[in-house]
Amino acid sequence: MEKFITLTSSVVPLPIENVDTDQIIPARFLKATNKDGFGDNLFADWRYNKDGSPKVDFVLNNSTFSGSILVAGKNFGSGSSREHAAWAIDGYGFKVVVSSFFADIFRGNALNNGVLPVIVSPEFLAEVFTCVNADPKTTLTIDLKNQAVTNNATGKSETFEINTYKKECLLNGLDDIDYLLSKKEQIEQFEKTR
Amino acid sequence: MVSTVEGGPTQLYIDRHFCHEVTSPQAFNGLRARGLKVFRPEKTTLTADHNTPTIDQDQPVKDPISKNQLDTFAKNAAEFNLPLFFPLGHIKNGVVHIIGPENGFTHPGATIVCGDSHTSTHGAFGAIAFGIGTSEVEMVLATQCILQSRPKTMRITFDGKLGNGVTAKDLALYMISKLTTGGATGYFVEYAGEAIRNLSMEERMTVCNLSIEMGARGGMIAPDQTTFDYVNGREFAPKGAEWDKALAYWKTLKTDDGAKFDKEITFDAADIQPMITYGTNPGMGMGITDSIPTLDKVEEAGRISFQKSMEYMGFQPGEKLEGKQIDYVFLGSCTNGRIEDFRAFTAFVKGKKKAGNVVAWLVPGSWMVEKQIREEGLLDILTEAGFALRQPGCSACLAMNDDKVPAGKYAVSTSNRNFEGRQGPGARTILAGPLVAAAAAISGKITDPRN
Repeated sequence: MEKFITLTSSVVPLPIENVDTDQIIPARFLKATNKDGFGDNLFADWRYNKDGSPKVDFVLNNSTFSGSILVAGKNFGSGSSREHAAWAIDGYGFKVVVSSFFADIFRGNALNNGVLPVIVSPEFLAEVFTCVNADPKTTLTIDLKNQAVTNNATGKSETFEINTYKKECLLNGLDDIDYLLSKKEQIEQFEKTR
Repeated sequence: MVSTVEGGPTQLYIDRHFCHEVTSPQAFNGLRARGLKVFRPEKTTLTADHNTPTIDQDQPVKDPISKNQLDTFAKNAAEFNLPLFFPLGHIKNGVVHIIGPENGFTHPGATIVCGDSHTSTHGAFGAIAFGIGTSEVEMVLATQCILQSRPKTMRITFDGKLGNGVTAKDLALYMISKLTTGGATGYFVEYAGEAIRNLSMEERMTVCNLSIEMGARGGMIAPDQTTFDYVNGREFAPKGAEWDKALAYWKTLKTDDGAKFDKEITFDAADIQPMITYGTNPGMGMGITDSIPTLDKVEEAGRISFQKSMEYMGFQPGEKLEGKQIDYVFLGSCTNGRIEDFRAFTAFVKGKKKAGNVVAWLVPGSWMVEKQIREEGLLDILTEAGFALRQPGCSACLAMNDDKVPAGKYAVSTSNRNFEGRQGPGARTILAGPLVAAAAAISGKITDPRN
């Protein structure tokens, strides 16, 4: 996994609540047997017309907005456990998703793929949307070490929650599986007690 | 619990891992890339269900990409020597959360995971069961463990009795409409109370199945005699002295008197009527005789999403849906694809005729359910009423196969999600229980099954 330390970027705003994983990547795109190419179908049904042409009113097709931070309404990533949703977000080029609330499974999947979910207050989120609407060049800075997110248009900062273990994993580019593989003996011991 | 990471999650040992073709191929690729074997092959049960056709299963799968995924699944099971592999056409094949319990793989007190959010279904047995992502599938295959942070606890109590014509699905949709689609995020839920105790094992599975639709990773019900009677005698359940030992342990699996939960909610079961959803998440539900909320009843930050949802569904805020014409009916899925669902549907349509304007897809959750439908004579009654049976699989619940509802059409579905495009691009889903689905199939309209 790639390391994540800090990031300053303009953002792509998606002020919709309860964006579920079927919107992030519709089920018909889950037939692949590897992790590549999901970014092309990120938000496919909102992004493309039936004939495959881009829907002009969708934010990913609006060149005014760009950047590697997606900012979305509350309860982002609800629904299915498909990790393909995290692969699609990562594959498109987003490194951070900012929202006031994330669904649990999506949040875990994102972290396991080096995509950082940043939880902000509803007020902070609303202000980011306002700033980005006023100036699409508005940037956010994410500082993982200090667990801080800053809206550079206003200078306002908030700290965000992340568990210490996951933070260390991201800062050092380590996977859970490395940790688990190092515990093989302990697992075998545990099995004897069952 | 094998260990605890300092300042972090718990290393949890997994007793049963269920695996299907869609969320596993990348996990097996990961094992190959690291040169790893499957650590405990007998603890993984594999079935193909999500991306499978529901007709002509004896023929080669037509879609080459789907066929490749199913072939990859079979190759992985063979390469990693996994003995419990139930491919398309196998007598034990079917929807993962249906074949697990019916074959006795699901036990009280067990830790159960699957790369599927509806793994919460198995919580009905007092198991700790929840959905995981593909990275975690790889971890379980490699080490039989995953890392999990401790969730908060919630108890939802249903006092009293359910009314006539009100099903476990209605109970669940009612609860989700009250809590909203994210209302239990971060929690594990225990369901309790008289109305829950009175549910059959299959009804309990329907309730626990839908825990994730209010954001809860898992939902569980303390095991009791109903649970033990269901598990006893099933092929992969403990036998003989093992059974006695297991049973003694299972009987201890209940919440202590006076236990403190992070959150407690109580409902009166008598308040619940047959439910339908009107929007594009399972929290947007109402009683079948109710009206869609008006815009002023929706909190301000959610209004854009609410209006987007109304536009997608072709409904107006404040509108009543009873009597509205529908196009499709889907009976099936891990939520309502069990024999009791088919019995309830069949009892309702017996002696009546399917409406001419309705396309009905009746999809058993497994071959064992299909066999029972035939043996109990339900198929004859369904045929007489103008219905046909399809072959088992997830089918139109997520429409990965050809069972897609066309754009703009209304489907009354016993499945679990009414998300935009869930049942096909542009499809409009109205979630309901098997009785509301049966009433809609007969009248061609949204109809209260109690009338």
